[in-house]
Amino acid sequence: MIEAVDLTLVNWSRAQFALTAMYHWIFVPLTLGITIIIAMMESIYVRTGNPEWKRITKFWMTLFGINFAIGVATGIILEFEFGTNWSNYSWFVGDIFGAPLAIEGIFAFFMESTFIAIMFFGWNKVGKKTHLLATWLTAIGANLSALWILVANAWMQRPVGMQFNPETARNEMNNFWEVLFSPVAVDKFLHTTSSGFVLAAIFVIGISAWYLLKKREILLARKSILIASLFGLVSSIYLVLTGDNSTRTIATTQPMKFAAIEGLYNGTQGAGLVAVGVFSTSKTDPNNENLKDFSLKIEIPNVLSYMAFLDWNAFVPGVNDLINGNEQHGIMSAYEKMERGKLAVAKLTDFKNAQKAGNDSLANVLKTEIMDKAFQDNFFKYFGYGYVDDPHKLIPSIPLTFYSFHIMVMLGGYFVLFFILSLVFTLRNQLENRRWYLRLAIWTIPLAYLASQAGWIVAEMGRQPWVIQDLMPTWTAVTRISAGAVQTTFWLFALIFTILLAAEVKIMLRQIKIGPKH
Amino acid sequence: MNRNIFYRIWKFYFEGFKNMSSWGRQVWIIILLKLFVMFVILKLFFFPNFLKSNFDNDRERGQHVLENLTEP
Repeated sequence: MIEAVDLTLVNWSRAQFALTAMYHWIFVPLTLGITIIIAMMESIYVRTGNPEWKRITKFWMTLFGINFAIGVATGIILEFEFGTNWSNYSWFVGDIFGAPLAIEGIFAFFMESTFIAIMFFGWNKVGKKTHLLATWLTAIGANLSALWILVANAWMQRPVGMQFNPETARNEMNNFWEVLFSPVAVDKFLHTTSSGFVLAAIFVIGISAWYLLKKREILLARKSILIASLFGLVSSIYLVLTGDNSTRTIATTQPMKFAAIEGLYNGTQGAGLVAVGVFSTSKTDPNNENLKDFSLKIEIPNVLSYMAFLDWNAFVPGVNDLINGNEQHGIMSAYEKMERGKLAVAKLTDFKNAQKAGNDSLANVLKTEIMDKAFQDNFFKYFGYGYVDDPHKLIPSIPLTFYSFHIMVMLGGYFVLFFILSLVFTLRNQLENRRWYLRLAIWTIPLAYLASQAGWIVAEMGRQPWVIQDLMPTWTAVTRISAGAVQTTFWLFALIFTILLAAEVKIMLRQIKIGPKH
Repeated sequence: MNRNIFYRIWKFYFEGFKNMSSWGRQVWIIILLKLFVMFVILKLFFFPNFLKSNFDNDRERGQHVLENLTEP
């Protein structure tokens, strides 16, 4: 039985995917943002003709090159894992996942082989404007490349634009534009790329601050901080706005995730936002270790309702409302969804049995019934619930989701203030005198990475147990291979990625110490 | 003319690699090692595509997944 799939295998497969994705995400956000900063610096060089800007551009290009080279292709391992560890999932998603990933592959290939080559090899070989164009195209290409991955991820968070075909056991895309412009995809792209912009701006400011502390490369550091502060401030405000919009989308499309990020157990009208919260070690519910009481909670009244539905008194459902249902507010219970899901699975089983028995006419009737819009909207929509035997399995880890969300939000707010401070000190020509600020800038670099990783933990842990929201839980998606094999490759990856990361940090630190060429 | 364009492109890459800085050489060694480990060792020995290596065609693959999704 699918319910009886070894949870050790599921957990190790999940851990391996998380490890690979998190390591991959160490390299990606810097690429997304620093390419734009470099393009801005080079634009100033081309416009002014000042060779100092060329030198600055080339220095940051070196650091980008190191990060890009170490990180390149680490994402391909995720695709290996789909084929080996998540074969049911890979098949079930069909071309919906394949199309965006194929486009991403083509984009990445052309970008990497053409524009980056011109960026690095093209100085003095192509015209200034051609070189600048290649730099901008690298920046745009990197971000468009991310678009397709994020579209694929968004589809898993909110599956749209497809129809399930029982004959092939696959979802078939019937509306590419619905997949591409789903609100989740749009939010995810804007929020994720802007988080990369913010991280890169902090990276540039932090390293420039180190030069100022060492009293080296003063001009480079000042100019770099000015550009990065401006870019970072605009990006961080945009990041907050896209995050706000993204949260609103989650409130309607993934209400359980929304309840988890706020630790909201019982829904209420005029719900308050938990500004600060600490969970106690005691359990709220003896059946579920994820449900814990707050031992400390500072709440801002009504703000959560406004944040979710732009209405100060709107009802925000809590975990218990989503599990037990709430008739007054039209919320279907998880039990009802499980019943509907089981009916959908039963219908698919009947179809399979009819096919096996060679009863083509019955199989065709069942296929038509399954693909019927009413059945898709009312039953197949809850297909994944058919594999859930205990509704508590539908609740993600609330402390992890809550803390990750709050860390991300608090740091997001801090980054806005940090950029304002950077800009003020730069414009007042006070950078070198504020040594505390320079030290703070260096320590903000790891905080930017922490916020970025925390964001993905919210996105992915908050939607557990779903691989595809409401359609496929993790234990249905996994390949029945030995947990030992997955454990082995988990440690292998941990080793490989740690070596790669150590190599990047070492080469990068050396280049920073060497500094730009004179 | 086409040959000239191809020659120029080849020369552009050749000279770029030839005149690469020391950090550039280092990261290229890492890239090549990484690609070797990923595609030759990991892909071949640890990450075979389960459905492609165990079933001959898409029909069989679909049936296998259908079987997994509908096990009583």
